Amino acid sequence: MRVQTKAINARHPTAQKDAAMALKSLNVLVESGEQLAVIGPSGSGKTTMLYVLACAIQPAQGELMLGGQDPWALSKSALQTLRGRIFLAPQMPPLPPRQRVVTAVLAGKLPQQGLMSSLRSLFYPSDIPGASEALEQFDVGDKIFDRVDRLSGGERQRVGLARALIAKPELWLIDEPLSALDPSRAEQALQTLTSAAKNTQTTMICTLHHVEMALKHFPRVLGLREGSLLFDLPASQVSKDHLAELYAHHEDELAQPLQATETDVIGVAKARPAVMHCR
Amino acid sequence: MSATLQPQMRDPAWVGRVFWMLAGLVLLWPMLVLSEFKPWILLEPGALTPALNFLSGFFTPRFDLEFLQLLAAETWRTVAIATCGIALALVLAIPLSLAATRSLSISALTGRMGVLPSFVRQAVRVILIGLRSVPELVWALVFVRVVGLGPTSGVLAIALAYGGMLGKVYCEILESGEAHATRSLLQNGSGRLQAFFYGLLPQNAAEITSYTVYRWECAIRSSAVLGFVGAGGIGQQLDTSMKMFAANEVCSLLLVFVALVWLADRVSAWLRETLA
Repeated sequence: MRVQTKAINARHPTAQKDAAMALKSLNVLVESGEQLAVIGPSGSGKTTMLYVLACAIQPAQGELMLGGQDPWALSKSALQTLRGRIFLAPQMPPLPPRQRVVTAVLAGKLPQQGLMSSLRSLFYPSDIPGASEALEQFDVGDKIFDRVDRLSGGERQRVGLARALIAKPELWLIDEPLSALDPSRAEQALQTLTSAAKNTQTTMICTLHHVEMALKHFPRVLGLREGSLLFDLPASQVSKDHLAELYAHHEDELAQPLQATETDVIGVAKARPAVMHCR
Repeated sequence: MSATLQPQMRDPAWVGRVFWMLAGLVLLWPMLVLSEFKPWILLEPGALTPALNFLSGFFTPRFDLEFLQLLAAETWRTVAIATCGIALALVLAIPLSLAATRSLSISALTGRMGVLPSFVRQAVRVILIGLRSVPELVWALVFVRVVGLGPTSGVLAIALAYGGMLGKVYCEILESGEAHATRSLLQNGSGRLQAFFYGLLPQNAAEITSYTVYRWECAIRSSAVLGFVGAGGIGQQLDTSMKMFAANEVCSLLLVFVALVWLADRVSAWLRETLA
């Protein structure tokens, strides 16, 4: 799905009506099938951007085009159908604690199902092989019939990603998919997501705190600071000066990699894993 | 001695506490007068002797075969009235509470709820208030006139009054729980009922079940009261026995009530444990 924003201003999803804009005059064009990472310090508007693109919040000003349509000009039911073609994975996996993992994963397919077949799936899961395969890709295949509240934080996050994988949308919006994962799991999870997006020609926009992960796995990187676009470059052209400017006064979030390896252009690859800021 | 006390050694909240205690008593007094609260009447010999006579009749409860058979049939009828009443109340309460729950509103996902949906939600709330503000005893008196004496009027009375109560409380349970799972299902394009079955219901199933079982217990007790106006069950038997001053029968009927309430308590505990 092609995504275009024209001069969008928007507030944070939980903000008051008169709060300051979390996104200021954002102009982005993402072609169908492109993969894109959004980086920036906490409070820079990354989450707000994803929520705007998911039609979960209406921008205060500006124009949003999704696949050639203006979602806010559509009728309510057409908008809900459009939402079914997009998958927003929030940072906190939205899984009811008493639900079983298989049901939680298959919930990703609800927009493509009628009410009757989704009810039938509650009696007997309709696509156990599909759910199992998606979970297997994130190494939680053995948890398929466990309850969500028996899982650790990292396992829950991976179940949330398995739901994103099984949803098969045209646009993936993934908010901080690695915040509860250790480095090797994070590596594997990103690999799975990017290769799945490539195979299905799905557009993917992913916010990340791990700068080195963003530069390593995504061809294009957006730097967001205080709600405005600081840079929009191919990953290979993102220099340490860009990152220093992006994280000025937020150096702790960059986990001091720049001073540590002076000669490295990107300089982040050998750094310790970035500090995780969960909100 | 208090004069020698340092100012900071005195509790500054003390004056306010005494004031509000006295104010409470002043407010309570006219209510006690209005409700003719005279507990000492109970201890006057003219009142005490017949009461004690009646209570002494409680021993020993009547448990002969003939009465036991009657008791079993009436108990079973009471359970049936309460269960059918609750089942019908559910038929009423579930759709109404789903219609009234704000967490299932798609238009409320982005800012304010639409005008029509919020009007429908308010209208449903008014219906629920109407249903539960009429006591089930009054509903029973109405239905006794319509369908005649017997359990049917009890079932209908419980269904209407409890439908209103269940609908309101279900709605409150569904709205007070964590809405994250439901919201993100709706945001990802699910329908309202899909979001209910995959997000809202698993989140709140235990609370809803335990409240429903508690209401079933209340319906059993309520059917006793309804029996007094001719709606069948143990209540009607209790009425008859009271009128005939058969205290030993009253005692065994009350024991059956204790057993039923205990049973409901156990069922609720078991269900909560299974669903927790």
